[in-house]
Amino acid sequence: MRKSFTLLAATALAAATAGAAQADLVVPNLSYRTGPFAAGGIPYADGFQDYFTLLNERDGGIGGEIVKTPECETAYNTEKGVECYEATKGQGALVYNPLSTGITYQLIPKMQADGITLYTPGYGRTSAANGRVFEWVFNYPANYWDGASVAIKYLLDQNGGSLEGKKIALLYHNSAYGKEPIRTLEDLSKKHGFTLSTLPIDSPGQEQKSQWLQVRREKPDYVLFWGWGVMNSVAIQEAANIRFPMENFIGIWWSGSENDVAPAGAGANGYKSLTMHGVGADYPVYADLKQYVVDAGKAAGDGSNVGTVIYSRGMYAAMVIAEAIRKAQELAGTSAVNAAQVRDGFEALEITEARMKELGLPDFGQPFKATCADHGGPGMARIQQWDASAKRWTLVTDWIAPDDAVLDPLVAADSAAYAKEAGLSERCN
Amino acid sequence: MLPDQLVFAMEVTLNGLMAGVMYALVALGFVLIFKASGIFNYAQGVLALFAALTLVGLQNGQIPFAHLINAAFGTDLHSFGWTLPAALAIALTALVMVGLAWAIERLILKHLVNQEPIILFMATIGLAYFLEGLGDVMWGADIKTLDVGLPQGISEGIEAVTAEWFGYGFFIDRLDIVATLVAAALVAALTLFSQYTKYGRALRAVADDHQAALSVGISLRFVWVLVWSIAGFVALIAGIMWGAKSGVQFSLSLIALKALPVLMLGGFTSIPGAIVGGLIIGMGEKLFEFFAGPLIGGATENWFAYVLALLFLVFRPQGLFGERIIERV
Amino acid sequence: MLYREAGEFKTSYAQDSQTFPIWWDRLWYQVALVVGFAILPFVINDYWANAVVVPFLIYAIAAIGLNILTGYCGQVSLGTGGFMAVGAYAVYKLMTAFPDVPILIHVILAGAITAGVGVLFGLPSLRIKGFYLAVATLAAQFFLVWLFNKVPWFYNYSASGQITAPERTMFGIAVTGANTPAWAKYLFCAAFLFALAWIARNLTRGTIGRKWMAIRDMDIAAEIIGVNPLTTKLSAFAVSSFFIGIAGALFFAVYLGAAEVGEAFGIQKSFLILFMIIIGGLGSIFGSFAGAAFLVLLPVFLKNVLVGGLGWPSDLAAHIELMIVGALIIGFLILEPHGLAQLWRVLKEKLRLWPFPH
Repeated sequence: MRKSFTLLAATALAAATAGAAQADLVVPNLSYRTGPFAAGGIPYADGFQDYFTLLNERDGGIGGEIVKTPECETAYNTEKGVECYEATKGQGALVYNPLSTGITYQLIPKMQADGITLYTPGYGRTSAANGRVFEWVFNYPANYWDGASVAIKYLLDQNGGSLEGKKIALLYHNSAYGKEPIRTLEDLSKKHGFTLSTLPIDSPGQEQKSQWLQVRREKPDYVLFWGWGVMNSVAIQEAANIRFPMENFIGIWWSGSENDVAPAGAGANGYKSLTMHGVGADYPVYADLKQYVVDAGKAAGDGSNVGTVIYSRGMYAAMVIAEAIRKAQELAGTSAVNAAQVRDGFEALEITEARMKELGLPDFGQPFKATCADHGGPGMARIQQWDASAKRWTLVTDWIAPDDAVLDPLVAADSAAYAKEAGLSERCN
Repeated sequence: MLPDQLVFAMEVTLNGLMAGVMYALVALGFVLIFKASGIFNYAQGVLALFAALTLVGLQNGQIPFAHLINAAFGTDLHSFGWTLPAALAIALTALVMVGLAWAIERLILKHLVNQEPIILFMATIGLAYFLEGLGDVMWGADIKTLDVGLPQGISEGIEAVTAEWFGYGFFIDRLDIVATLVAAALVAALTLFSQYTKYGRALRAVADDHQAALSVGISLRFVWVLVWSIAGFVALIAGIMWGAKSGVQFSLSLIALKALPVLMLGGFTSIPGAIVGGLIIGMGEKLFEFFAGPLIGGATENWFAYVLALLFLVFRPQGLFGERIIERV
Repeated sequence: MLYREAGEFKTSYAQDSQTFPIWWDRLWYQVALVVGFAILPFVINDYWANAVVVPFLIYAIAAIGLNILTGYCGQVSLGTGGFMAVGAYAVYKLMTAFPDVPILIHVILAGAITAGVGVLFGLPSLRIKGFYLAVATLAAQFFLVWLFNKVPWFYNYSASGQITAPERTMFGIAVTGANTPAWAKYLFCAAFLFALAWIARNLTRGTIGRKWMAIRDMDIAAEIIGVNPLTTKLSAFAVSSFFIGIAGALFFAVYLGAAEVGEAFGIQKSFLILFMIIIGGLGSIFGSFAGAAFLVLLPVFLKNVLVGGLGWPSDLAAHIELMIVGALIIGFLILEPHGLAQLWRVLKEKLRLWPFPH
């Protein structure tokens, strides 16, 4: 038996190394198209992949260098994530975007050691926004604490600037991801005088009767929601069932895709969620995507996801990475940049409104500028609302900025704790 | 007027009982197979997922294996372009489940006759892996909306009546009411079937004693196909009820976990046990969450279900309705 | 021909009762040791260590632990994931609270703490038997995961509840944290596996192992011949949990480096390790290795062949991979229902006679 295993292993090695042909720019796509969160993973991976395909097909890559995106299936599983990371690292990977809290936490120390950038837009470890501690991690334009603060700010706006005496419930995925906003919301509740109640839901979250009965009994004025996977659609369905006013139910950006509202049908009408980018397919870049990628038969998926919320987010992440690589090429004076130069590119990245327009995405994302200390961006977000009869999301607000006075001390405290545990000293001084 | 807390507890209890029915629906499939063949069917949850995927696929006229075919031959197939009525799609899916049961008997069980339970259990692990992959390859891993016309949302009648009685309108999901009716009909049908039909009697004979049944001329293999078909049908029902709420995707196979404490409590061999066990677990975990959740932090349901089952088992080690364990040396 | 025992004469008790009485087995064992400790550390790279070998070693430890409880003592357990979590959180708390104490001691202490927790949750086994006992261990599984998720003390009050292993060294070389060289990770885990497998093998051959097996085969009969079910069952829980706790500690500190309890130590982990010992062979140390190898190496191997070798889309490959693993499990079963260890035994018999079949 042992012999045949060594034989198997030897073949596996041959297969693993055979795939490692050197490409110029390698951006691995650690995706999950299977497992409990596949519904979110598929469109994200499609958008991510398709944008780089577009660059390759239309522009001949970035700065003349073709981008390769070797895909590796993680199934949202940390162990498979390790395997994927190790398998793609040797191919000259420049930056990772794993779309999983677990894999992100697992990679953060490794990135420091291996000198590769980790880019986690809108997920991952929030305090990585502090570039003084997290040299290799970037999470602009917005993170979870920004999201929590933006949601509260929006509610403040709705209530004439005061949430005094209001009841807000946070319904969350009982995991690292879902627990992220609690501390922020607690601080905000002290500042603005609302009462906060937290209702955890265990993953995967198919059974939420207890939580929604509690919502129905306690009648919070607003429900904030941090869910992912099947939990999203069940929560929206249950909210509709108890006739909770949907316009007072606000999800984080990971709880606001077409997949989440579709099963509840008309009941989901009016549901709101945060978003850090524009919605719909009315941006010029989608015409290019259709022409060069989808119609040319080069799309990563079956093309049915183009223009959906999560697809757009994957595309947005790819766009930022591409721009960072462009910046790195500019700084390094060579088109064949290495991982360290790409990190410098991320740190010097500035995305302006004019640049977004050039890219065919006018007003799609917020303008931001990274610095040595600031890896987190301005953290603005917009609110989108689901229109069940037209089956589409519409933006209902402009960009809302988070309350940095509350967030900055929290980020500083959490990153300091990490620095102490990991024995890091602060940079950028 | 009753105190608020009591009224709330009553509402939670009712909802817990309803949730228990949903658990029992999953547990039923386990019990059927365990009773007839002594197999703890780990694949029951995946069976429910597979059935629901097939149902949605057939209903929406999705081409099976489209992704594989497209990848292999460079074609661009997606859909037959039809939409079947729900009843027809359910009937067709039931046929697929019968076919699956036949294939399982033919390819797996036939070769494992007379093996120990642990080995048969392991075979169902292999089956679970296989079906999970097969379901994904056939129908794709993205989330699908299941719509067979089941009602959803609060039952206004009950809300109005309870509001009048207690001053607080209870929330009862209409889907849960339907699930309860379906479960009752299912249990009634299964009872009638096993009491009054030839095949039902064969089923019971096999459950009683394999060898004695064989010796009077009952085909064990036929009974197995039959019981796996019924279990497949029960899985389909469970898949519809759960899938209507959450959409059909991988997590649907995890509902099997909710059935485990029910089985432990109710006994692996008793259909009434599965129902009563489901009711006790559903009610118990919801009440515990209601009373203790605010004190010790919520999301206690998962572990409390097992603690509850454990408490019962300490006093009745064979489960509520399990066959009494008689030990001889 | 190959596995012949003819001509091997045992002339002393020591020879007769050695672990590998057959020369060929001894040869395999010694070759494995030489390859494992003298060759592999020099050739291993990051990919092999992190993606293949280290997880295999750690799962093998956990599988041996569970095999002691389920395979040797007959107590079905579905709490392995929860007990691994105890090991992981214990080592995390110890590492951060006493940074100056060597990591080796922390890992062993983590095992000891897990053993204590295991005994506690093993108490119901005195009353509940068979499949029904699984409910007690499942209660442990879900309760422990809930506990580590809920009580902030366990994760040092970090914002999200993730735990991250700080860097700790042995003889000046990092064995945990991101700067650990591949060979150090490998050797650290391999040394643990070797020591624990050695202990397990010798425990199961001795008095205590026989007591376990007596309880497994028929507990009432065992009790009548003077085996105390209380101490026997609880000792099986303790030893098994000790192994599993060490596996959990290594899993978190050396392999993953960061973990979240629900994701890393959920119910799926308990099932996975149970599958390993059933596929490998219940009541066999070799079976624990074989089962762990089957379920760790096979998916990686299939993935590399399908995606790396044949260039299939990764999602299709992942689905087909599941189908192949499932079909292989069923195939092996039909071929040999008692697991890979039994397959190996049959193969040995065949080899003995080969090439003369009679």
